[in-house]
This record gives sequence, C-alpha cells and structure tokens, in this order.
Amino acid sequence: MIRVQGLTKRYARTVAVDDISFEVEKGRIVGFLGPNGAGKTTTMRVLTCFLPPTSGTAQVAGYDVMKQPLEVKRRIGYLPESPPLYPEMEVIEYLHFVANLKGVPKSERQQRVDQSIERCAIGDVRTKLISSLSRGYRQRVGLAQALLHNPDVLVLDEPTAGLDPKQIIETRELIKRLAGEHTIILSTHILPEVEQTCEQVIIISKGKLVATDSVQNLTSRLRGSEAVAVEVEAREVQFDAAQVRQRLEQVAGVSRVVEKDRKNNRCSYEVESLQGRSIRADLARAVVESGWNLTELRPVAFSLEEIFLQLTASEKEDATGGKK
Amino acid sequence: MKNIWTIFRKEIKSYFASPIAYLLMAVFALIFGYFFYVAVAIFVSRSFESQMMGRGFPMDVNEWVIRPLLMNVSVIGLFLVPMITMRLFAEEKRSGTIELLMTSPVRDLEIILGKWLAAMALYSCILVTSAVNMALLFAYGKPDWRPILIGYLGLLLQGGCLLAIGTFISTLTRNQIIAAGATFAACLLLWILDWVSAYETAAWAKVIAYMSVVTHFEPFSKGVLDTKHLVFYVSAIFLGLFLTARSMESLRWRA
Repeated sequence: MIRVQGLTKRYARTVAVDDISFEVEKGRIVGFLGPNGAGKTTTMRVLTCFLPPTSGTAQVAGYDVMKQPLEVKRRIGYLPESPPLYPEMEVIEYLHFVANLKGVPKSERQQRVDQSIERCAIGDVRTKLISSLSRGYRQRVGLAQALLHNPDVLVLDEPTAGLDPKQIIETRELIKRLAGEHTIILSTHILPEVEQTCEQVIIISKGKLVATDSVQNLTSRLRGSEAVAVEVEAREVQFDAAQVRQRLEQVAGVSRVVEKDRKNNRCSYEVESLQGRSIRADLARAVVESGWNLTELRPVAFSLEEIFLQLTASEKEDATGGKK
Repeated sequence: MKNIWTIFRKEIKSYFASPIAYLLMAVFALIFGYFFYVAVAIFVSRSFESQMMGRGFPMDVNEWVIRPLLMNVSVIGLFLVPMITMRLFAEEKRSGTIELLMTSPVRDLEIILGKWLAAMALYSCILVTSAVNMALLFAYGKPDWRPILIGYLGLLLQGGCLLAIGTFISTLTRNQIIAAGATFAACLLLWILDWVSAYETAAWAKVIAYMSVVTHFEPFSKGVLDTKHLVFYVSAIFLGLFLTARSMESLRWRA
C-alpha cells in the first residue's frame, strides 16, 4: 500500500530524512518510532504530498506523490501534529467543510460526517465552536476529519500527544478498531504506544532508518536483556562501594554495572544483564549473602535513547559477527 | 470549480463570523457618509452661488458630487485592502490549517481563487454600503446612472488588483500584522506613484506614473470605459494571483 524508496529530504542546512526505504502492506498499523527531530513528521509530510522529496520516491496505493499528488491526496487522511482546525467554526460545520474539500459526493456527505462523529465519539460537541473545545476533543475532531472520506491510508502524526491517560487509551482503542479497513501509519516517541497498537515498527533516528521489524521481534530483542536498579545498604558504617560493585559484577549473567549514586552507607547501581538472562534473583542472593542490606531492586524500562543505542550497537555487532 | 466554491464559502463565513467584516463596512460607511456630506454641501453652496451670479443653474451632479466621491472611495480602498487580505494565508500558516488545505485533493489555484473571490465579495459588500447615499442623490436629483456604474466597476477592478497583491503578500508570512503592514505599504506606493507626474514629464516619470493604480482609476470616475485601463487592471490581477500561486508552490519547497 505504501512504498518508499531512497527517500531523502534536505532543508537548507540540514538533512531531515536520509535515504529511507520501507514498505507497508494493506490493512496494517505501522508505528513510526523516533525521538523528536528524527524525521518522522518530514516523512509523513512527504507521504501526504505536503512536501516534495529532495530525492527518492514515495508511492501510496500505487500512485507517486510527485507525479499524481491529487490521486494520492484522495486516498490519504492526515492528522498533523497540531490538528488543523478552524476555531471560528462549529464542529459539524467544520466536518462538512472538510468533506467538501475531500470531494465526498453530496449524497454520501451527511452519512460520512455522522459516521465520523460516531466513531470518534464527538457527538456531544457537534454544535460547539471549535475554539471552545478541550485539547482531547480537538484531537478527536482532527481524527474525525482524517476519516471523513474513508481513505485507504491514515497518516497520524503523534495522535496521542497532549492527551490525558484516559484519552490516550481511548484513542489507541479507536486506532486499533480502524485497522484492517485502513492502512495506518502513526508516529510516536513513546515505546509502549507502539507495543500496544502497532503490528510493525519503523524506527528512525537522525533521519536514518534504524530498524524496521514486527513488534514481536523488536520487543523480544529488547526484552532479551534487562536492566535492574539495585540499592545496597551496608550494616556497618564502613562501606566499600568498589567491593559491592565487584560482587555484583561476579553474579552470573551480568554484563555491566554502573554506579549511580552514593549517600553515606548507601549506594545505588544500575545492572544490565546479558541477552536472555534473568538476574534479579541471583542479584538479591548475592547482596544478602555478602552481609549487606538490599533496599531496592526493580526493573528499569529502557528509554528510547537506550533502545536506539542498543539497536544500532547490536546491528554493528551482527555485521561484524562479534559478541557482546 | 466546486472546490473554489467550497473555499469561497468557508472564507466568507469566517469574515462574517468575526467582527472584521462588520467593522470594515461600518468604518467605510462612516467615512463615505462624511465625504458624501462634504461633497453635497459644497455642491449646494456652489450651485447657490452660481444661481446668484446668474449662471445656468443645473450643475452636473455626476461631475460635482459623484466623481470626487468615487475618487475618495478609491483612496479609502487602499486602507481597507490590507485588513481584508492579511488573514487569507497568514492565519492558515500560523494555525497549521494550511496543511489541511495542501494535503486535500484540491489544486493550489482553486484555493487561491476561492480566497481571492471571497476577498472580492467582502470588498463589494463594503462598497454596497455606499448605495444608501447614492440612492439619496437619485431621490433628490437626476444623476446619470451609467457613469456611476462604470465608476463602481473601476472601484471593483482597482480593488481586485490590490486584493490580489494583498493575497500574495499574505502567503509570504505567518504573521497577520506583517502581512497587513506590507500590503498597506504596497497599496500606498501604488497610489503615490502618480504624484511624480506633477513635477516631472520625462518618459521615466510617465512609466512610473503609469504603474499607479489611481492613474487608471481616473477615467472610470469620469464614467469613461477605456479598454487600456481595463487591460491594466485585469493584467495586474493576473500578476498578483500568479505571484500567489508561485509563492504557494515555493511554500512546499521551503516549509
């Protein structure tokens, strides 16, 4: 449904997107994962024909974004990062305007608008002015706008940004329901979001494609190793941090120990395991058997930055055939 | 065509949903009313004088009231245009709705024409408020209606070309105040260009004076429909809209 080849977008001084290629099959939900400024929005803008690529091609439903932009635009629903709303319009008025703009035939218009309102649960604000809506409702009206012409492809730029937790869950549920009928690309910098909603992940960083994989493969790759925060307390005042560290490093399966903080007779560490090893039980035993108190032991979620480091690092290793 | 209509309707709605349309109409009606009063007062005292001196009484209303009034309106127009066009693109750029327009299956030209026509429609509505005063002239005198129509046609053409320039300037910035300021400067410049002909008669001065929008309006105010001025205005409108289209295209490359 979507085919991107060698896509590059260069601005005056910076390269926003650097030689990205990927494909998305029909009916899939794809997560575009990357830190801010990675090139997610730029890629989406190229797909929606808002920006022309510097080089490379992008095709949506078999139409090229440069050669047949009108055909592409007819088949794409786009929710930019800030929903494109006119504050002086009523919700219903706005949706009718967009339906006209998207070329929805007159006979279907009322029905399409009603359906969008129902799907996005904005029925109770249909006659309100957009300027009076809360952030969550604005986001949903933006989503309703993208759905209006029943597009083959939905492009959603950070659909859950700025929403409260309940709204985030509702939005994710909505997006999941939309899959199948529509091919969905959504961008986010939140990892759990991808895990919960997407089937395929495209990870980009600094304009480059880092990985494209199914969510299961990616999470198993990441879950393979774990990071644990450990806080150790010495019973006597005399406390040798280096000794504790040495002991922790000796635990089977530990790949790295980093000292985080030290206060009086307490010291906290972050311990990373090797692939496929669970080390928490062994760590606890090691600490207690050495005569120290274990005051904290909890798994640490990988931050996005670390995931990138890990992914880019492991790919280098794969290439050289080396071990960690 | 349908898309132009969609954009046009949306623009008209947002003009009339905010106070701007009513404000401009009220301000224009007020200023026009003042000029109307002055023009009629002068006309009455002059005709009184000429009757006393024994000269022919029926002075020409078209010549003495309507023509100076229309000339004044053409200058008021210069002040109205920036306020009409400033938001056309600048606001869409600021709020991000330009992304909606540019990712919808609509051609750039359709967007531009829809917006320009809406600006024209508002400008026409503003001009229509002067019909009340004109009606008074018809009620108490016998002005010739043909020169009046031609005068209004001239006003529309002059407005159209300034509005096209304002639309273009509005695509250049996301700040409405800058758009209004720059458009006002452009309008002012296009007005005062003909002042050069007052003290200089060389060829270059003629060229400069020719570019002034007011030079071309004068014949219209007299009720003379001259194709060469018609062509000037129509080509200026095309130029303005063409520049707008190019600017919108470059928006995609720069954005």
